[in-house]
Amino acid sequence: MKILSVENLSRSFGGIKANDNISFEVEQGSILGIIGPNGAGKSTLFDLITGYTKADNGKVKFFEKNIFGLRPDKISNLGVGRTFQKLKPFADQTLLENVMIGAFVKEQNIKKARDKALEIIDFVDLIEKRHHFAKELSTGQRKRLEMARAMAIEPKLLLMDEVTGGVDQKTIPGLVDLIKKLKKTGVTIITIEHNINIIMEISDNVLALDQGKSIAFGPPREIQKNKQVIDSYLGTFDAA
Amino acid sequence: MESKLITAKSEPLWNTNNRVISIVCALVVLLFVLPLFGLNSFYLHLFIMIFMHAAMAQSWNVIAGFSGQISLGHGAFFGIGAYATSFFYMQYGITPWVSIFFGMFISAVFAVLIGIPMLRLSGHYFAIATLLIGISFQVVFQRWDLVGAASGLWVTMTPEDSWTALQFHSSKVPYYYVFLIFFLITFFVVWLLSRSKLGYRLRAVRDDPQAALSLCINVSNYKIIAYVISAMIMAPMGSLFAQYILIIDPDRVFNIEISIIVLLITVLGGIGNVWGPIIGASILIPISEYSRIYLGGTGGAVDLIFYGLILMIICIFRPNGLISFIPKKILERKKQR
Amino acid sequence: MTSEIILQAVVTGLMMGLIYALIAAGLSLIFGLMEIVNFAHGEHLMLSMFSSFWLWSLFGLDPLFSIPITILLLAFCGILTHYFLIRYILKAKMLIQICATFGLSIFIRSIAQLLWTPDFRNVDKPLLEGRIEVGSVFIGQPQLYASLVCLLAFIGLYLFVTKTETGLALQATAQDRHAAEVLGIPSNKMFAIGWAIGLGCVGVAGGMMANYFFIFTDVGINFALFAFVAVALGGFGSIIGCLYAGIIIGLVESLGGLLIDPSFKLLYVFVIYLLVVIYKPQGLFGRY
Ligand SMILES: Nc1ncnc2c1ncn2[C@@H]1O[C@H](COP(=O)(O)OP(=O)(O)O)[C@@H](O)[C@H]1O
Ligand SMILES: [Mg+2]
Repeated sequence: MKILSVENLSRSFGGIKANDNISFEVEQGSILGIIGPNGAGKSTLFDLITGYTKADNGKVKFFEKNIFGLRPDKISNLGVGRTFQKLKPFADQTLLENVMIGAFVKEQNIKKARDKALEIIDFVDLIEKRHHFAKELSTGQRKRLEMARAMAIEPKLLLMDEVTGGVDQKTIPGLVDLIKKLKKTGVTIITIEHNINIIMEISDNVLALDQGKSIAFGPPREIQKNKQVIDSYLGTFDAA
Repeated sequence: MESKLITAKSEPLWNTNNRVISIVCALVVLLFVLPLFGLNSFYLHLFIMIFMHAAMAQSWNVIAGFSGQISLGHGAFFGIGAYATSFFYMQYGITPWVSIFFGMFISAVFAVLIGIPMLRLSGHYFAIATLLIGISFQVVFQRWDLVGAASGLWVTMTPEDSWTALQFHSSKVPYYYVFLIFFLITFFVVWLLSRSKLGYRLRAVRDDPQAALSLCINVSNYKIIAYVISAMIMAPMGSLFAQYILIIDPDRVFNIEISIIVLLITVLGGIGNVWGPIIGASILIPISEYSRIYLGGTGGAVDLIFYGLILMIICIFRPNGLISFIPKKILERKKQR
Repeated sequence: MTSEIILQAVVTGLMMGLIYALIAAGLSLIFGLMEIVNFAHGEHLMLSMFSSFWLWSLFGLDPLFSIPITILLLAFCGILTHYFLIRYILKAKMLIQICATFGLSIFIRSIAQLLWTPDFRNVDKPLLEGRIEVGSVFIGQPQLYASLVCLLAFIGLYLFVTKTETGLALQATAQDRHAAEVLGIPSNKMFAIGWAIGLGCVGVAGGMMANYFFIFTDVGINFALFAFVAVALGGFGSIIGCLYAGIIIGLVESLGGLLIDPSFKLLYVFVIYLLVVIYKPQGLFGRY
């Protein structure tokens, strides 16, 4: 079953076409990896899907429901969670409070919301840090915080923007394991990723963007062989 | 792992320190019995002013400290409250006990009316707009004949002390208790708010509205809700103040200084913290009242010199307010870090 | 209502607008440089008027001649403000920055009240007096010269910021203070210069207004409000925007006062502010 289908989504900023006629579909329960060089329009695509930026035109359907043009809070309420490339933790609040704010979406009772938040914090392996202020956490920990916070709203679809970006090499495997663990819970995931090895390892489908255009879409094996992708992107990596 | 989760879940929801609770309870009891020791009227006045300003600052704390919107015109709601009771009493003989709620209601309506267009503003734009709103109210009331224009309203005095008219001429003690109770209610409501789901969500809006949106929080609604709650806390203080002084005019109850002092008290005590306004008011108001007594004759505004100075010093050295001097451990025991 | 009266109001509004523009330009310069709104701007204006007044009343210096002294005093005052207050709060949250300059405004105003009482004063028989008649329009001489001097100062400021080396350094710091530091432009020095110039502008305006305005400790409040509005209308940080915005405000004030009711002048300006910031939040005019 299709959980998300995007049709001809476009958005320009001044002269720059940040997203140019992008279409793709996501199967429920799968992981879609998005790759593309910096400035390709990956984050913009997330902003368009989640309503943070208004698209110029196109269609976005979530479970057959048209969510194009809805406010971000409405879209998240339907079950679309997200994290941000430029992290946005509630800095002056503890990790637990950060996640509780998400948990309140489904739990009205404070104690239940707290317990649920603790479970999710445990899931992302930060239980010992629960009383630390968000601003005291390391970048890797804040990435986990954002994932935990997004999970707390019990999303059916989770969009994650560069989970492994900007963290040191040691912490990457843990974050990748976390994504895999997340998938097992049944949530559908779209993840933006620069590390091609990771994309190949975890995703069921890959969408490659370049200069706002979708240049390839398909299973990782095919993408890896796609000439255009190799030229514009993979060439810069040792194609694994 | 599992056991850590179980320990975490078994932690109490709120880390309460029994010592703090008992100190607070003792203080409340002390405040209730204090007048029995025959406080003179200066001290009664001092305490009344502390209660009133702590509650007013608490109102500002809700909008600025919880939801992150810096209002520089909050005095408007104080004035609305003051005019509501005086006007309805004089015009229709309605007891202040009822018109306090009118004042709250009118304030709430204005908060919505003002709040909706203001949603599109943030930061300095918001602050400057609120500054202008506060002054606009003063300008309008100065010219509005129905409410006495610049000379204001002189509440008809009852011949004797009256609980229905909420006027006491022979002693300040009844006022003391009225203000004390309102102050405690305000404090309690805001304390509950800070621990409620709403409080959590308001703080989310304050810290990062964008992230809040991704957690199903309708940021606009929550901003308005904060504005309305804040206005409804401020208005009764205006009403009580009007009953206390019985002569109100635009220069007094819509004075920009009211908007300033609530900000000052909160920032001094600690913004975003329920205790902040209480600490701030207990320090600033005595300074102000004493300096008025000892230095008052010279020009009137001596207390304001201190205010300005304190505000700058706090901003430079203690931006989190005096509350940040108290170690967190004392306020909240046993946060296993 | 005749066209002469309207013309009169337009001229009055225009003259006032030029003064607002210069006051706002000082505010905008400071804001553009370090994203801090000087909520004590009105009090600085009040100080400049008092400087002019005391130089006249103690030393018999006509406001016209004491202008350079007033400007220097205010520039010095700007440096002090930066040195003792602003540099500590550069990295603080916006709320703290607002509170700090607000605190400064309360401090200056109440000290002034203590020292000089809230009485109204004015400079008796300044050199600039009387009015001239152009066609059917009366123009007060002090008002006319004040607005012309403000316009000149404004042009000077604009040329300074856009043409001189220091001005360009200021702009560089305004755009990206870290990048500017790398290029060898010390931002702390630039900030101090910005405050000196920003308040120097206020010195010009206040010094000229001392010729014909009542001087009292609360005089700055309304000017500061209009300056805030002008800066927002002109686009925070834009200097040329202040000129247009100042003139718009001057005209709205005088025409609104004439056509509707003079006691609500503030409200008209306020309505304009709200409309502009709501529908065109980036201000009416671009940056620089
Ligand atoms: N709010 C915006 N205003 C102007 N340009 C933008 C904005 N957001 C993104 N862009 C531009 O759109 C392009 C795509 O950006 P982005 O989606 O962030 O790329 P990616 O996430 O793939 O690195 C870039 O050229 C960027 O400069
Ligand atoms: Mg990106």
